[in-house]
Order: sequence, then structure tokens, then C-alpha cells
Amino acid sequence: MSPTTHPFAHLSAERLDELAREFDAIHDEVRADLGERDRRYITGVIRLHRQIAVAGRALLLGSRSKAAWAAGTGCLAVAKILENMEIGHNVLHGQWDWMNDPYIHSSTWDWDTASTAAAWKHSHNFIHHTYTNIRGKDKDLGYEIMRIDPHQKWHPAYLAQPLYNLLLMAFFEWGVAVHDLDVEAIRAGEKPLKDVWHDIKGISGKARDQILKDYVGWPLVSALAATAAGRLVRPEPRSRARVLADRARGRRRKGALRAQLAAVRREGGGTFAATFWADFTANIIRNLWAHSIIFCGHFPDQTYTFSQEEVRDETRGGWYVRQLVGAANITGSPLFHLLSGNLGYQVEHHLFPDMPSSRYAEIAPRVRDICHRYGLPYNTGPLSRQLGTVHRTILRLAFPGGKPRAKPGPYPGDEVARAA
Amino acid sequence: MAEVGMRPPASPLRRRALRALRWLFTPLRPDDYLELINPLWSTRELRGLVERVEPERGGAATVLIRPGYDWVGHRPGQYVRLGVVIDGVHHWRAYSLTSSPDRADGLISITPKKVDGGVVSPYLVERARPGELVRLGEVEGSFTLPDRPGRGLLFVTAGSGITPVMSMLRHLAPSASLDDVVHVHSAREADGVIFGEELAELERRHAGFRLELRITGRDGRLTPDELDTLCPDWPERETYACGPGELLDALQAHWKRHGDTGRLHHERFQPVVGGEGAEGSGGTVRFAHRNLDADCPPGTPILVAGENAGVEMPFGCRVGVCHTCVLPIREGRIRDLRTNVVSEKHNEIVRTCVHGAEGRVTVEL
Repeated sequence: MSPTTHPFAHLSAERLDELAREFDAIHDEVRADLGERDRRYITGVIRLHRQIAVAGRALLLGSRSKAAWAAGTGCLAVAKILENMEIGHNVLHGQWDWMNDPYIHSSTWDWDTASTAAAWKHSHNFIHHTYTNIRGKDKDLGYEIMRIDPHQKWHPAYLAQPLYNLLLMAFFEWGVAVHDLDVEAIRAGEKPLKDVWHDIKGISGKARDQILKDYVGWPLVSALAATAAGRLVRPEPRSRARVLADRARGRRRKGALRAQLAAVRREGGGTFAATFWADFTANIIRNLWAHSIIFCGHFPDQTYTFSQEEVRDETRGGWYVRQLVGAANITGSPLFHLLSGNLGYQVEHHLFPDMPSSRYAEIAPRVRDICHRYGLPYNTGPLSRQLGTVHRTILRLAFPGGKPRAKPGPYPGDEVARAA
Repeated sequence: MAEVGMRPPASPLRRRALRALRWLFTPLRPDDYLELINPLWSTRELRGLVERVEPERGGAATVLIRPGYDWVGHRPGQYVRLGVVIDGVHHWRAYSLTSSPDRADGLISITPKKVDGGVVSPYLVERARPGELVRLGEVEGSFTLPDRPGRGLLFVTAGSGITPVMSMLRHLAPSASLDDVVHVHSAREADGVIFGEELAELERRHAGFRLELRITGRDGRLTPDELDTLCPDWPERETYACGPGELLDALQAHWKRHGDTGRLHHERFQPVVGGEGAEGSGGTVRFAHRNLDADCPPGTPILVAGENAGVEMPFGCRVGVCHTCVLPIREGRIRDLRTNVVSEKHNEIVRTCVHGAEGRVTVEL
């Protein structure tokens, strides 16, 4: 492959060093400025998440009412989104470790999702953020099940990828959990069985906790609350005849217990189911959202992928450029950025993965300015467009063939140039 | 992992109830939600609210803290780890408790003296405000009075070395045990004596308590020989000393020559770390993960050497107490800056705040 495929082929080694110094300077400047304002931000978001979660659970106690169900499900979905994106993802990146706070720290944090913190820190923080968009090394590129880059060889299994992508969207957290296992490495015998077993134990432990909480615990709490509320509204003493019959059989206590259980089934059964489906729906909404934001981070047409050859002897400047052009931003309001964990600033996040996410909006103009001065693309666009190109790629590359699309900027890859 | 406070003495019933409910809140804990209502309700770590900050002489201030749960109690002379948030960063330091354990209002107090160039003490003296949340760590320290003080007592203190002794004096005062106590205290300036008025008041009220105040800015530093005139029966007394390292070193030497070292109890309120005249030749610390060499002059802890080189280092109390700053030393010789003992390490966990490099040391992070 000729060097012209590099989006930074026009940059000399010295120029790349200058670029690295500029990016390092942004990092150091923000690092030195972190303080009370930042701590207040993250503790505020954490408090907000917990308040919304409490509101959601409280509303779902009355989940037999349609309005309470909808409001409760909405609250829960928003809470889970905040918890996964702006809090979990970023805390686990170590973005807040500088605070030295034992309870907001990458070494102690766990999140409300199927993958364990430890496995995710390895597969995401280490593998994905180190080998970003290097084909064959970055396992997030297609998540080992999809053909997302035309360089990947086609296989008939990919014909079904539009379908299983839909499943992946709905059950994304489970997909990520299994992805952490690294099935490819297991198959190649590169992963020690001890580690595999450790991972499986971790995933099943988390799965048990998640299922118990969302699909047994809270539905039960709602059912009990509904029963208790029903009793308050219209007390139903057990019928005199029943009491006498139970006494005659000498099982007063057992009879009372049976009556209670029957009442919970009768009064709370509907509420149990309603809360169960509310939790399920909230999880699906969170998964759809996370999938969309995350797929828009690297798979829109704008982004480059790299061969392992291209990154051999990569300098720090080269690393920055790979992060820069391997990622794509999404434009949106501050609320959108909060709910997307500031991954609408995927470019900034990939340049500085351990910088507090709340700072990305501030440095974005400076990153864009550097791109402008060095003749590099700054990949960004509205959600609809980014999402559109992602799903178009998933559809198109399910079939054989397919070429890289033209990239922004004055340095198209040679395949594109040849095609044109 | 960052340093945490001590486990509060919450009732077992409460703990069991919270543990039973945990599965409904996973991966968080019920505590995380209770804290929304009141941060003092956490059963994970003991917290306290700053009730008052009272300025003291000599650039010190007494911080009175109301603990979230019943205070576990301390013996006079012990110290507590205190966690405060300064500019968003959680810092931990150990301070002698200056309050008597028997305070009726349940408050505890520390009395930090502002250290120029420090981080935590200037904050506590100048910026801490009532209502502020602090974290409380374990109570530690063996610098304590015997359960039944037999013969007379001698206190030798200097500067903020008065703080642990103040707790002792306040504890002894009401129980009429101040009937045979000599206190030799040194301060730089006459109007900069921490607790000066309270000490004078104690002397007025207790016939058996004698305060010998030494103003070093005027009279020069106290030498142990002078004790023969200040307190001629010093060899017969249990002696409690707290102050700068030089004073303690001199007292120890003096007791070794002329007295019974078993009866000299001392507390170094600052660990002997670095400073001028530090022993050893220093070295360089290699931070393998960053591919970076940090200069580590004699007497400089590895923690400080790393921070100066821009490495983000875990840190806690910075005095070798809390074990938050521990890192594995892959290889190299290190010096314990408190004892000056040099040892060879190979893949061993070391407290970076009280160990310096001796030659070339490789650290993993």
C-alpha cells in the first residue's frame, strides 16, 4: 500500500512532533486546571442519576397505572443511560481518579450492566483505546461478528448481519459482556482457560445480580406495595367461615399465610408483571441508545481504519492522528452530550481518554483548530447522518464487495482514488 | 485504591438490614441512596461535620468536628486520620486529637498549625468552614498515658508538639490527676504559644501543675541538660515528649546516658522524612509504565519524586500510616526515610511516601 493512503501523508515527521506537542499541551493544561468545579460536576451527575432512579422505582410501585408505568419506565431508562454513559464509562476510564475519592474511582467502580468492570477495562480501555481502528487488533471493529469495514473478508454468515445487528441493538449490554470474553482468542487458544473461567464466573455473577434485581426484586417490591395499598383502601377481613374452618383444622397460622399469599397474587400479580416489563423496556431503551452512540463513534463513513503495517513504528504524533481520524463526533445540545456520556465528542475522547468528559466541549474548538492548521479532517455530523451512514454500511457490507467511501479532506485513500 | 475512612460503629441490626437489601440496589448499595438524604448516614466510612473552627495563637486553629456516629473514643495522645476535599482532590493527613475523650458535647478536635507550602494545614486553618463534611479514619498511636499514672509526670513539648499532650492535660485536669505534673514547653515567640491561655489557666487552678515556658526566639533552644534545673527529679518521672526531631533525638540521647529510656515516651508528630542533612545518596526512580526517569534526591520520598516528574501517583496520608500510596518496586534499593534502613527490593509492595531511592529503582504503577 502506498503511503498516500495515510490521511497524514502530507505531514513530515517534524510536523507530527509539533502536532503531538500541541495535543500534549492541551492535556497538561486541562490536567492542571482540574478542581472543585469538576468534582461538583461529577458528584452532581451521580446525585442526579440516583434521584431519577429513586423517582423511577417509586413511580413503578404503582405501575398498574399506565401513566405511572410510562413515567417510571422513562425515569429508569434515563437513569440507566446516565449511569452507563456519563458515569460508568468515564469513571472506569479513570477520568475522575485524580480526585483520589475512594468511591468515584476506576479501581472500585462497578456499573449497572452485564459486563464486569474488570473485563471491560481490559477490552475497552486497553485493547480498543490502544489499537483504535487497527484492523485485526481493535476488536471493537465490527465486534468480531460484523463486517463493518470493506477490508474485512466477506463470509456468507455476514448476510444475516442486518438481522443480528437488530438483536445486538436490543441486547447490547449482553453483547458487550460476551465480547469481553474474546471468543476469537479462546478459539485460537491464546487465552488461558483459567482467564476464560474467571470471565465466565464474572459475567454469570453480574447476570444473576442484574436479573434478580430487575426481574424479580423490584417487581416483587411493587407487588407487595400494591397489595399493601389495596389493603389500606379496602380492608378485607378473612371471612368468618374461613377462620373457623382453619381453626378446626388446627392450622390457623398456615391458613393466614396462605390467605396473604393469595392476596398478593390477586392484588399484586398485575403490578409484578407491569414492573417486570417496565424494567425490561428501560433496559432495551438504554441498550438501543448505547449501541447508537457507540456505533456512531467509529463506524460512520468519515472514519479511517488502519492496517497493522501502517502503524508500525508509529510516533506519538501518529498515534494522535490515528485517534483523530479513527473517531467521529456527533453534534448536539448539552443535554444530548450529557446523555451520550459526552461520546458525541468521540474525537476528543480518543485523543484524551482519561480527561474528564465534561472538559471535551471546552477543548473541542482547539482540536478543530489544530485539524484545520494541520490539514486533517475533524469528523463530525448530526446524529441522523452519522447513524444513517453506520447502518448503510452494515447493510451494504452484509453482501460481498463494497469499497471504502470517499473521506473528507484532500487526501483520499488510494482505493478510493482508483475507484474514482 | 484511594484511602477510605474507618467503618462507623453502626448497629449490627442496621448493617444486617442494609446487607439484606443490597441485592435490590446492585451494583450500588443502599448506603449510596441514604447518603442522598444525609451523607453522615453512610455505614461505609465514618464522616463528620465541622462544627466550629477556632483560631489559635501561632498560626494554628482548632477544628471541632461532630462525628456522624457515636465517636469510637480515643486515648489521650492518639491521632486520627482526617480526610478533606481541597480543590476537588481528597487529601488525608494524620493529626493528634486535642480534645479530651470525655467531652460532654461529643465533639472531637484537632489543632493543625499552618505549614507554609503545605496543602492541608493551610486549608484547615484558613478555609475550612462550619458545616463542611470530613472523613474520619482510624484512631492510632501508642503515645498514651498509662492507665494509672504512678509517680509524677513530665511533659516536654515544643511548637505544635503540644497537641497530643493537650488532650492528656484536658483529660487529667478534671480527675485531679494534675497534682504532680511538670510541663516544659518551648515556643518560638511569647505571643505565639498554642493553647497559651489554657495552659496558664491550668497552672492557676492546679497547685500540682507547673508550666515552664521557654521562648526559643529569645532564650534559645532548650537543651536536655537544662532539665536538671527546670525539673530536678526528671529521672523519677514518666516523661512524655513531642516536638521536632532534633529535640526528640537530644532527649533520647540524654535519657540513654543519664536516665531510663523505658520511661521516656515520645511521639514524632512529623515523620522524619528528608529535609536537610538527609542520609544516603538518593537516586533515580524509573516509572516503567511511562518510560520515565524521575530524579530522587536524598531524603525525597519516591511519591514526591514521581509527582515532581508529573506522574499521577496514588497518595493518602503521606506519613506512612494509611498504605494508599503503596506501589510494587520491581527492583532496586530503597531507604526507609524514617529509620534510614536501606533494603533491596524485588517485586515488593512499598509505601512510596516514606521511602526514597538509593540508586536506581524501577517502579510499576
